[in-house]
Amino acid sequence: MPRDITYREAVREAMTQAMREDDSVFLMGEDVGVYGGAFGVSRGMIEEFGEERVVDTPLSEAGFVGLCIGTSLMGMRPIAEIQFSDFITHCMDQLVNQAAKLRYMFGGEAEVPLVLRTPGGAGTGAAAQHSQSLEDWFIHVPGLKVVMPSTPYDAKGLLLASLDDPNPVIFYEHKLLYNKKGDVPEEQYRIPVGEARISREGEDVTVVAAGLVHHHALEAADALSGEGVEAEVVDLRTLSPMDHETVRGSVEKTGKLVVVEEDVKTAGWGAEVISRIVESESFYALDRAPARVAGADTPIPYNKNLEAFIRPSPEKVIEAVRKLLDVKVGVYS
Amino acid sequence: MNHKELLEKMLLIRAFDEKVNELYAEGKVHGTAHFYVGQEAVAVGVISALREGDVITSTHRGHGHAIAFGLDIDRMAAELLGKASGYCHGKGGSMHIADVKAGMLGANGIVGGSMGIACGAGWAFRRRGEEKVAVCFFGDGAVQEGIFNEALNLAAIWDLPVVFVCENNQYAMSKSVKTAFDTDTLSGRASGYGMPGVTVDGMSLLEVHEVASEAAELARRGGGPTLIEAITYRYLGHSKSDANLYRTREEIQQWRKRDPIAHFASELEKRGELQKDEWRELEHAARERIEEAFEKASEQPEPEPESALEDVYA
Repeated sequence: MPRDITYREAVREAMTQAMREDDSVFLMGEDVGVYGGAFGVSRGMIEEFGEERVVDTPLSEAGFVGLCIGTSLMGMRPIAEIQFSDFITHCMDQLVNQAAKLRYMFGGEAEVPLVLRTPGGAGTGAAAQHSQSLEDWFIHVPGLKVVMPSTPYDAKGLLLASLDDPNPVIFYEHKLLYNKKGDVPEEQYRIPVGEARISREGEDVTVVAAGLVHHHALEAADALSGEGVEAEVVDLRTLSPMDHETVRGSVEKTGKLVVVEEDVKTAGWGAEVISRIVESESFYALDRAPARVAGADTPIPYNKNLEAFIRPSPEKVIEAVRKLLDVKVGVYS
Repeated sequence: MNHKELLEKMLLIRAFDEKVNELYAEGKVHGTAHFYVGQEAVAVGVISALREGDVITSTHRGHGHAIAFGLDIDRMAAELLGKASGYCHGKGGSMHIADVKAGMLGANGIVGGSMGIACGAGWAFRRRGEEKVAVCFFGDGAVQEGIFNEALNLAAIWDLPVVFVCENNQYAMSKSVKTAFDTDTLSGRASGYGMPGVTVDGMSLLEVHEVASEAAELARRGGGPTLIEAITYRYLGHSKSDANLYRTREEIQQWRKRDPIAHFASELEKRGELQKDEWRELEHAARERIEEAFEKASEQPEPEPESALEDVYA
């Protein structure tokens, strides 16, 4: 029998199970204690684990992320929560120059098993400083891993895997996914970091997505099916390391590639997905130029209509696929 | 505490950095390095107050901390020459020497970059109920960084066993503390966090040792962090690119008259713990030791180019 719980509960369950099992795991962040976190993810945890393991911090992202890095060098397994992913700017040095670099700089003689959880993305009317998708910054930093689950099942399995990982992992949650329900087994399971999943099979076009917009891709695929177009949807699940093999396999089958990403288009991760295809043998399997559905190159505006205008949507995905199928390009035209 | 050994440590640090300076001048070492010459009493004074199991975090000017902590001179020299047998297997160089397993949590090329890390070590000790201490070395420049505020406050509210050691060597590169601060002491900031703050003569090993011992004991007993400001001076430039345009020869000479090594040696002579001019022999021995380390290091193999791709992830 399916056990439907929310994405929020799945994240909480993974943390709770890991903390019951391993005394060195702890959660630290702003308002994660009695308040339960700004999005309620850690609600109830302080009652079980106490304030030594569910730790409310002052507003000191650099300080407490640095502290978490220090504990990881000492063999602990910290989970840092950054209340909104936009606030990561406060701890960029700690992530980019410390967490990502210590192992390499020390010649492989150290491990930094830090998990930094943070809600990203727009759609909440919170405007330009509480809505960004800045995950590309961290994909660009060797030494960090970047995970972005789209379902409750993946959220739990990837968080448990991230907590096992001896490397720093930035774990992106999405505010609009927290209430999304899905089947999640109570027992522990792991989804390997770095493995994409084909969430819908199809022959006509490959749609690669991750996070919230993976659901846009699925919705678009269902609608397109009514038009006789069967899209194959790839949920990357992890952005770094990126599973290019799964994307290649799908593109070689369909010959068409559309990437859906919530971050801004310029230098977004979709460009990396496409580049890896066009610089590989899979390029010859393409019979159309790849396309991207991405956030506009603007900050996120407050007004609902403005915000919707610049964000990806199922409709924009449908439109992009239709356009791709309509236009014949290159030697095959 | 064996005073003669402490003197030998200071002499080793000085000989090491003077040698590195020379090798840079000759073009035998590349990259950059920051020299600890003049500040030896701080590292040795503080670290001699520690016990087995305590840890330190260091800075871009880290050779002195590493040697005082007991890191192997041969592996340090090999790292400076970028050799596979160096502490970081040639991937770190001067600014990243570390021995995490031994408790030397790393030199750090980012000013203030290790202040949170030191708090983390303190957190781990407190959480495990271990009576151990983390010492966080940083300079006057780091006091101006935002993380200084965050780290000291976190350590204070959680009573973390951290000793913050500010090496006030008068300059953040070329920026004088006289124009960077509008206060008489930097240790005065401690009261703003609710922790003890003390300014000490960083040219006096014994005075540094005493305040560091007190701070370490307080931390060990669960009494929380202390901010120590050690007034000191770097004789050499900030790094090898420094032409000393921001200070005078006279100023440097004035500080050299208060040399921490000569000062400590004469103190030991007065106490009868050292024969007259014996320290010159010790100095010679230290130089020999350093020569030998760099000679051995120069014969070590280079790392394989492909090793550049390793150790990004565990």
